[in-house]
Amino acid sequence: MKTTAARLSALYLLLFAGCAILLVFYMTSLSGRMLVGQIQDTINEEMAGLGRAYQRGGLASLVRVIEMRSRQPGANLYLITDPQGRILAGNVQSLQPGVLDKLGWTERPFGYQRYGEAEGERRATRYGEEATVDADPTQPVHLATAVVLRLPNQMIVMVGRDLGEPERFRQVVQRALIVTLGIMGLGALLIWFFVGRTALRRIDRISEASRRIMGGDLSGRLPVEGSGDEFDRLSENLNEMLARIAALNEGLKQVSDNIAHDLKTPLTRLRNKAESALGTPKDTAEYREVLEGTIAESDQLIRTFNAILMISRLEAGYSAEAMVDVDLTAIARDVAELYEPAAEEVGVVLESAVDVAATVHGNRELIGQALSNIVDNAIKYSADTDGESRVVVSLTADDAEARLSVRDTGPGIPEDDRARATERFVRLEKSRSQPGSGLGLSLAKAVMGFHHGRLELADAEPGLLVSMIFPMIRKPDETADRPG
Amino acid sequence: MLSDSSFQRSDLSSYTSGMKILVIEDDREAADYLEKALNEVGHTVHVARDGESGFVLADNGDYDVMVVDRMLPKRDGLSVVAGLRSRGNDTPVLILSALGQVDDRVTGLRAGGDDYLTKPYAFSELLARVEVLNRRSGNKEVETTYRVGDLELDRLSHVVKRAGQEVTLQPREFRLLEYLMRHAGQVVTRTMLLENVWDYHFDPQTNVIDVHVSRLRSKIEKGFDTPVLHTVRGAGYMLKAG
Repeated sequence: MKTTAARLSALYLLLFAGCAILLVFYMTSLSGRMLVGQIQDTINEEMAGLGRAYQRGGLASLVRVIEMRSRQPGANLYLITDPQGRILAGNVQSLQPGVLDKLGWTERPFGYQRYGEAEGERRATRYGEEATVDADPTQPVHLATAVVLRLPNQMIVMVGRDLGEPERFRQVVQRALIVTLGIMGLGALLIWFFVGRTALRRIDRISEASRRIMGGDLSGRLPVEGSGDEFDRLSENLNEMLARIAALNEGLKQVSDNIAHDLKTPLTRLRNKAESALGTPKDTAEYREVLEGTIAESDQLIRTFNAILMISRLEAGYSAEAMVDVDLTAIARDVAELYEPAAEEVGVVLESAVDVAATVHGNRELIGQALSNIVDNAIKYSADTDGESRVVVSLTADDAEARLSVRDTGPGIPEDDRARATERFVRLEKSRSQPGSGLGLSLAKAVMGFHHGRLELADAEPGLLVSMIFPMIRKPDETADRPG
Repeated sequence: MLSDSSFQRSDLSSYTSGMKILVIEDDREAADYLEKALNEVGHTVHVARDGESGFVLADNGDYDVMVVDRMLPKRDGLSVVAGLRSRGNDTPVLILSALGQVDDRVTGLRAGGDDYLTKPYAFSELLARVEVLNRRSGNKEVETTYRVGDLELDRLSHVVKRAGQEVTLQPREFRLLEYLMRHAGQVVTRTMLLENVWDYHFDPQTNVIDVHVSRLRSKIEKGFDTPVLHTVRGAGYMLKAG
């Protein structure tokens, strides 16, 4: 019983057999009782008929009617005896002794023989009933039930009916039961064969494939047979899961490659600085300068780390507790105000065109940080350009979304590069010389993803237009006012 | 925000009489460093290396400030703080944590912390925050007028005067000066300014705060001989007469 299928088939077989046996017994006893009831009704009617004949014509009429009815084919059993028990008329040749001693219905079936039955012919009776029926086993015997009456002149009348019919019925049911149980046994074997040998073999194949995949072969997939059944659907879903894991794994690998690159470079610089400082004796001021540089470099590293952690955390799903209704207008004004002096210092005019009121569901700190990163970038890239440098922070909102945009007059990003610009650590070649972790836009994108919004990069002609697009909160009273 | 680089520790503390500080930190090196550095600037430091003993020390000792690491053996730092608060102990607490995201800060402050600093931190940042937290520095929230030398700020009428002459400030500049004057004689860092004047907790990366401060400085110092708004190298700013 190692396999589930074998266990299941055995269990089902037992259960079905039990139920079938119960059902069969119930049915036979029920229909047996019904047949016996019918027989008794028939006998009662006969008896009533005989009674009427007796009343009409006395004993002679009764005997005549009995003689007549006895000769009909398939007749009931009729018997009339004198007070001493000698048979006067009827179609019964012999009777199990004692049947006539008791009046009323016979309590149990009794054996009898009719006139005209071949000597030595013996009809099989059920084992177990034989003993009660017949003292002489060579005699052919039928079973019957009957009613016995005593006439006023002490003569005895018996009307009975053969029980062959219910007996045959019982035998039919018995045979059917045996056949049914046989078929069920065969069915169980077939089920075991199909489930156990076919379905379980597929499960085995699936678990074998998963073992291979767990063993390191991440490109492996579970077998799909194309039948579209549960196993196939399971395998397909697991395969999709594997594909997703592989994609995440690939992403992780890429990120760690990028991290390795972008963190190793400053770490190497850091190490080189310290090493060269130790290489030649220097005065205190020089040592101090090296140490200051070291701290600045490590601060930058920590910033990069923090940004990476924050992006991962946002992508993994930040706690929703940090989400409340936030005033986008206030954030836009705050950030514009925060950066305005810094922009002015590098010759960039920072303007804010924030006139509409917009409230979104979100996190003020995260939105503020994302917008700061974008504004910081915009100022950085606009500062280098010739002519008037201008960064505009603007906010527009309609029923569906709020759009917080930063437009600069910098070099912009070619259309082909825009998608890549929000990837982690991507600093497009032209901007490699600029300081920064290269994570500003990636962080902004992660923040927008967290807010169920999106980050759009577009051409501001000249310059770059970065838009943070938030879905608007729909206030219940507003939607109620609208028709439809 | 992390620090600029160069500083002499002795420059940083304005306290002549040291504070009594309890540091609950399980990392031996970090605890030793804090103890040594805080001692150098004249503070008395007790160190506990796990949450349980830290709680006992804090409960019995009369400390001016506590520095509590968030992740501690035996008893979590936040639980220590919450436990002390529930026993009516209101010693100011600076929570240190490697967890620095917005919701971490919120849970830290909700547990009863007064300030939250993310590791790795610059010592100057920690020191400035600890000294601002010091309960002996008095509650200036209730004062309506701040005075530093000949500089005067009226919190109700929003009027700022230097040597009797009115100085016109933008609303944000007023709040900046207000914060600096509330903590006059103490070092305030750029991050503290961003947190308390702008109410944002992220790292501004560039020199945005410095530019705001220099604008403010030009307004309150232009035409006057004595500087009041000093830059503390490697740490931040300090408003001080003379």
